[in-house]
Amino acid sequence: MSWILILEQSLNGLQFGLMLFLLAAGLTLVFGIMDMINLAHGSLYMLGAFIASTFVQLTGSFTAGVLLAIPATAVVGMALEMSVLRTLYARDHLSQVLATFALILIINEVTRLIWGSDAALPGPAALSGPVELLPGLRYPAYRLLIIAVGLAVAVLLFILVTKTRVGMLVRAGASNREMALAMGVNIKTLFTVVFGVGAALCAVAGAMLAPLFAVQVGMGENILILAFVVIVIGGIGSIRGALVGAVLVGVVDTIGRAFLPILLGAFFQPRVASAAGPALASVMIYLIMAVVLYFRPQGLFPARG
Amino acid sequence: MKARIVVTLAAALLAGSAFAADRIRVGFISTLSGPSAALGVDIRDGFQLALKMNGGRLGGLPAEVLIADDQFKPDVGRQAAQKLVQLDKVNFLTGIVFSNIMLASVPVAFENKTIYVSPNAAPSPLAGKDCNPYFFVASWPNDAYHEAAGQHATNKGYKSAYLIAPNYQAGKDSLAGFKRFYKGNVAAEVYTKLGQLDYSAELAQVRAAKPDALYIFLPGGMGINFIKQFVAAGLSQDVPLIVPGFGSDQDIIRPVGAAMLGLFDTAHWAMDLDNAANRKFVVAFEKEFNRLPSVFAAQGYDTALLIDAAVRDTKGKVEDVEAVRKALKAARFDSVRGPFKFNRNQMPIQNYYLRVVAKDSQGRLVNKTIGTVFKEHGDAYVQDCGMK
Repeated sequence: MSWILILEQSLNGLQFGLMLFLLAAGLTLVFGIMDMINLAHGSLYMLGAFIASTFVQLTGSFTAGVLLAIPATAVVGMALEMSVLRTLYARDHLSQVLATFALILIINEVTRLIWGSDAALPGPAALSGPVELLPGLRYPAYRLLIIAVGLAVAVLLFILVTKTRVGMLVRAGASNREMALAMGVNIKTLFTVVFGVGAALCAVAGAMLAPLFAVQVGMGENILILAFVVIVIGGIGSIRGALVGAVLVGVVDTIGRAFLPILLGAFFQPRVASAAGPALASVMIYLIMAVVLYFRPQGLFPARG
Repeated sequence: MKARIVVTLAAALLAGSAFAADRIRVGFISTLSGPSAALGVDIRDGFQLALKMNGGRLGGLPAEVLIADDQFKPDVGRQAAQKLVQLDKVNFLTGIVFSNIMLASVPVAFENKTIYVSPNAAPSPLAGKDCNPYFFVASWPNDAYHEAAGQHATNKGYKSAYLIAPNYQAGKDSLAGFKRFYKGNVAAEVYTKLGQLDYSAELAQVRAAKPDALYIFLPGGMGINFIKQFVAAGLSQDVPLIVPGFGSDQDIIRPVGAAMLGLFDTAHWAMDLDNAANRKFVVAFEKEFNRLPSVFAAQGYDTALLIDAAVRDTKGKVEDVEAVRKALKAARFDSVRGPFKFNRNQMPIQNYYLRVVAKDSQGRLVNKTIGTVFKEHGDAYVQDCGMK
């Protein structure tokens, strides 16, 4: 085990975490500001990937396809908010879970009708191979792009939330919704806009991850669970929490999978280590979540004081 | 008076059941919705295609296929089996993709002496100590592709192999199958989480371990994720990747694309196998469904041909289950895979081929056969089977 391997695995963890952040950021805004549990968030991620695959094929350019998919998915998200989800805000969480779970099933089958059960989305050819970062460290160029995009989106979101008027309203809504309402904030429009931003972030994640992951019906459900873990760790409603939580989950998950079996091998017999290693690695992030919840039930960066 | 009506009714019912022999009812349970539906859909389409080419008949009798979706859930599969066997009284049951769903559902058929012809799953217990007279496999024993891959790695003289599979029973069975015929050194045996998305950590370990070959058993979306990331990491230039046949078939090639080029896999069937039945099947499938067939489609097609031959050889007397069994065992049909016969445990004895993903004359990505790994290969469990 060399330091190059450790460095490479850390980069992998960072990259995975930043992608989770894109999903978690939208989820945490919707959950924090609207107090709405939206299980269909993963469906928007899936739609983003499918829409991007269509646009990439139509335009013949990866960049153009992804850039077109982002507003298209945002429009779908806003239409969903105005037609269905808006009626659910006043309901309890159980109704929201049931209704959005129904949405997952409906969107899955509609996607299958339109695109079939899977789609192809090859990455840009220029980035298809690895680049040599350091002597002996060859890293996939495309994953570097993902890291760059993830960091750029994080900075953009930070500026949006802390420096702009919309961001101020969002923060006001997240920390005290009733007061924001009383001060005359047009919550209805704000919610629709926030939902659109969340959907756009889903599209960024879906389209950027598509060259690495399978674009298929049901891809959203897998990753949604991780996104929920992230926002629970980070504190519901907090963008900063989502970023820290996502990178934490990404790094812990990757490092755990890579080094736990080796670490266990130093203490136990190989047979025990090879059996316990993967099992332990797959529960690591949930252990972290349990520990965080024990010491800080509101998450690391609670949005509400 | 009442008694007479009852008697008349009973007679009518009896007469009805005696007439039932002028048609065949087949119960078809498969995974037709959800993320894993592509496999079930291919099996169904292959089966239906054979039926259509036969004029809707099996063994000369009009056939009725009752299709049910197991939704990838064992309990739903079992309920469907109960309905089809007990209520609809089907003559044959078939269709299930996944071993866990099949193991939950087939006991219903066995208890009612209904024959189950498997178009895919063939788990080791049903090949060995739990082998059953009402269970026939028209595909391949679960271990076979992995054994062939292990043999291929041995033939190639790979000194060390790195193995990756999901952390569940079928994953462990698959690597056991590979190791049964792989004579080199196992560099590492890594079990990942079922449904894992990101394989960057595993790929970095593979790069560091520098094995001569990498074997993965990652069915469905997991395999798509892995192969995309494997190629993006540039590992495809350093380490030859070997996969079982279903891991690089049309349902994987479609979403992954050109990254699949040059991938080696092992299977009992390929689109370019040179026999008349296969040529007819491939052309008809593409014409009917506007896509290329996968191994699953070929298995569904063969299942229908096998049942067709058995009904034909019993001259339509499908109520005589023993006669049907005998006819099935004889397997007098032209399989698209070429030579085919049943072992004592009613699992196939057949050839396994080495295939590579390449471009065909029209520039499409397809599997090309480049060699035979096993000739007339059975399975490792037959000695535990008590059947004669």
